Amino acid sequence: MHKMRDAVGDAVPTRRGFLILAGAAGASFGFARAFASVEDTPAVGVPAPAPSDLFEPTIWYGIAPDGSVTVNIIRAEMGQHVGTALARIVAEELAVDWDKVRIVHVDSDPKWGTMVTGGSWSVWQTFPLYSQAGAAGRIALIEAGAKLLGVAASACTAAAGKVSGGGRSVAYGDIVSKGSVARRFTDAELKALPIKPVAERKLIGQPVPARDIPDKTNGKARYGIDAVLPGMVHARPKIPPTRNDSKVVSVDDSAAKTLPGYIRSITLDDPSGTVPGWVMVIADSAVTADRACDLVKVEWASGAAAGVSEKAIQDHGASLITGSGGALVVDDRGVEEAFGAARTRIEATYTTSSVLHFQLEPVNALATQVGDTWEIHTGNQWQSLILPTLAKALGVPETKVVMKTYLLGGGFGRRLNGDYAVPAALAAKAMGKPVKMLLTRADDARFDSIRSPSVQVLRMALDADGHATAMEHHATAGWPTQVMVPAFMPKGKNGIAYDPFAISGADHWYDVGAHRVRAISNDLANSTFRPGWLRSVGPGWTNWAVESFMDEAAHAAKVDPLAFRLRMLNGKGGGKGGGTVGAKADNAGSAPNAVGGASRQAEVLRQVAARAGWGTPMPKDTGLGIATTFGQERDMPTWVGCVAKVRVDRTSGNVKVVKLSIVVDAGTIVDPEGALAQVEGGALWGMSMALFEGTEIANGQVRDTNLDTYTPLRIGDVPELDISFIDSTEVPVGLGEPGTTVVGPAIANAIFAAVGVRLRHIPIRADAVRAALA
Amino acid sequence: MSTSFELNGSPVTVDVPADSPLLWAIRDSLGLTGTKFGCGIGMCGACTVHVEGRATRSCITAIGQVAGAKVTTIEGLDPAGAHPLQTAWIEAQVPQCGYCQSGQIMQAVTLLADFPDPSDADIDAVMNGNLCRCMAYVRIRKAIKAAAAGMRSAAHA
Repeated sequence: MHKMRDAVGDAVPTRRGFLILAGAAGASFGFARAFASVEDTPAVGVPAPAPSDLFEPTIWYGIAPDGSVTVNIIRAEMGQHVGTALARIVAEELAVDWDKVRIVHVDSDPKWGTMVTGGSWSVWQTFPLYSQAGAAGRIALIEAGAKLLGVAASACTAAAGKVSGGGRSVAYGDIVSKGSVARRFTDAELKALPIKPVAERKLIGQPVPARDIPDKTNGKARYGIDAVLPGMVHARPKIPPTRNDSKVVSVDDSAAKTLPGYIRSITLDDPSGTVPGWVMVIADSAVTADRACDLVKVEWASGAAAGVSEKAIQDHGASLITGSGGALVVDDRGVEEAFGAARTRIEATYTTSSVLHFQLEPVNALATQVGDTWEIHTGNQWQSLILPTLAKALGVPETKVVMKTYLLGGGFGRRLNGDYAVPAALAAKAMGKPVKMLLTRADDARFDSIRSPSVQVLRMALDADGHATAMEHHATAGWPTQVMVPAFMPKGKNGIAYDPFAISGADHWYDVGAHRVRAISNDLANSTFRPGWLRSVGPGWTNWAVESFMDEAAHAAKVDPLAFRLRMLNGKGGGKGGGTVGAKADNAGSAPNAVGGASRQAEVLRQVAARAGWGTPMPKDTGLGIATTFGQERDMPTWVGCVAKVRVDRTSGNVKVVKLSIVVDAGTIVDPEGALAQVEGGALWGMSMALFEGTEIANGQVRDTNLDTYTPLRIGDVPELDISFIDSTEVPVGLGEPGTTVVGPAIANAIFAAVGVRLRHIPIRADAVRAALA
Repeated sequence: MSTSFELNGSPVTVDVPADSPLLWAIRDSLGLTGTKFGCGIGMCGACTVHVEGRATRSCITAIGQVAGAKVTTIEGLDPAGAHPLQTAWIEAQVPQCGYCQSGQIMQAVTLLADFPDPSDADIDAVMNGNLCRCMAYVRIRKAIKAAAAGMRSAAHA
């Protein structure tokens, strides 16, 4: 769909030949793994010793003489058990037992290509690569094993880490020990390797205990916050009044000097411009740094954002929509004509509040210089994004900065933006010793790259039969990609660049006739805070609008909301308004990622409606609401259908979610337990942002900075969940975020079904429900 | 100043100000990092430890308050990490990012001490103070019930 994803794909070194060399020590692609984090021994996240005698047929895995297979994972572990999901893809094709597999989360290195964990991309991107790598290893081992067995390779098979033929067998470890493997695959040969038939799969799709879980129950798991280096000192920053353009006028640390253990305060000089106006308070312990920080007085010249409010940002967004700017992402011909000829025209405006990531581990980083190389010890989702920034900040080549890998105490997109590594690195440089920076919870909230508030205006033209003949969707918000990686923005049909993550979802698979989607950057949002990618990003709020609006349109057309959607999810081509102008892809879908297109979306919708008893009478003030999305992007659709059952208390305005029914078609499910866990958590995130979570910008800062006023969903709020997956052998797509995209509108639609009021802003607070009912 | 207490069955002494949080004494002075820092105001539960067997938010407990007391962290719950709740947590594949889970488990231990056969309402009431940002709540509930059933049958065996 866009350049960022393409860049990720291109950068993964699949195009190099796959080299399998003879050699006892695996020197062909030898690399320093001494500090890599492993999941299996001795504890999750603990730097591992370098295994010796490793046979490494590819950079992606190695086989030891004892037959164990170490799979290198370049994705961050942040709760998705990504190592357990990805390593089994290698193991499946290599034909080794799961108990022989070790998982290593590697440190940054250019040879890995782009290191990013986000977008629900990991399984989808890795599946072909690791399948081919595993298959190539199997073939090479069969050929070498056949020689050792003295039989033809064609008479040999591989299973359970052994090559068998002629009534005998030899273990992979023994083949490797004898150094007898030699095989080179060209890129074309690799791509042509046959992948196991579905019926022969032993690991993919089978429940396998996640390797990272035991250490997450006994205190051994190591996160960035647990990193320790000899001689390190601790830092807590003084966060300036505005994210951008604050300047330090004066620092008074006289009070802090009375505190034993206080060392000094450093006004950062940041050539990368990442943390303007930051002062780092250094002490000999985390507690002392925290307390000293409260005693240090800093005077700043604030940036212009110091007076900006959420309302100002949203009003600005609304005014941008009335203008003609922005990128046309979908631009069918015939929109105006269809609206002109319509029997009925409907329009609605939807808004969403600012949302905090509130990942439970506040951002932190430990930086140190080792020789001429800088090491950054921290949990991070996008090493390749922050490494150039760190290099600029430190004034060294990018090759002299290494990101050490730790577990993430929650990612949710916060750690895609590695800005928090920069102040730690600069402080370490200033101190000449390792500095560990930890943000307090309130600091973390104020420094968060929040989900921008958004404004969206949707319009639909309906003919006399209640069929859609045209649709417009105008959306504005702060754009994370514009602020952090503008080069990755594709151009719209009108040549204007846009953030795909801030509009995806609006380019839906419904046949609405002539369709127009316009994405507008809210420059006031962009200058006030640093917009972030937050779990499901744009589709978390574009679908809020699309699916709420579909419900409104169904009622305007006097058609059941399920039937209304199904007749538009007809799998036909793009706009029917007289041809398209470079329009969106055909709704019939295309191989390999979107086989079946809208027909698969219709199927999840039908199935979830049946499971939830759509159409059955509900008790008083209780209603069912339906919604459907395609997950994160048209090029990698995860089809999701949801029915929410809610009960509304008319007196208090409280909305009780009784049950969420969700059906997901994510193609092949590689890791069924992990898949279910991701949809459980993702769906509850969607519910949390629909009902419980939201803050607002006041004086250029988020108003809510801790759990006293910021109130994510808790265990007592959890509804009954009925989550199921379509049994499929299609390409495996993403699961980390799609569950988040569909729940909010389903809840709002259920509220309408229950009590007849339409809420168009999330989070939906009780007072808004009461006001609507009044 | 120094404070002495019992940590996971062993006597320890730390030399930090008496008003210093127990959490940071455990993590930084004593090097046990299984107990986590989340909110610093006692509202997320990631820092939950046992003081004299009761779930306590260590981020808002001063070290001076535990002088002479028995403190247990996730590392000391069971020598093999095989407390029935830990086993149930693995069986139900509860943790996602895992950051809150030490606190969840420590809180759940006291839940089951008070309510050996907890109802959903009991679980809600006691566990509502423990935030799981990954929202693995369905599995937390499932694991608590499984552990409770196992502990009851073991007690009657």
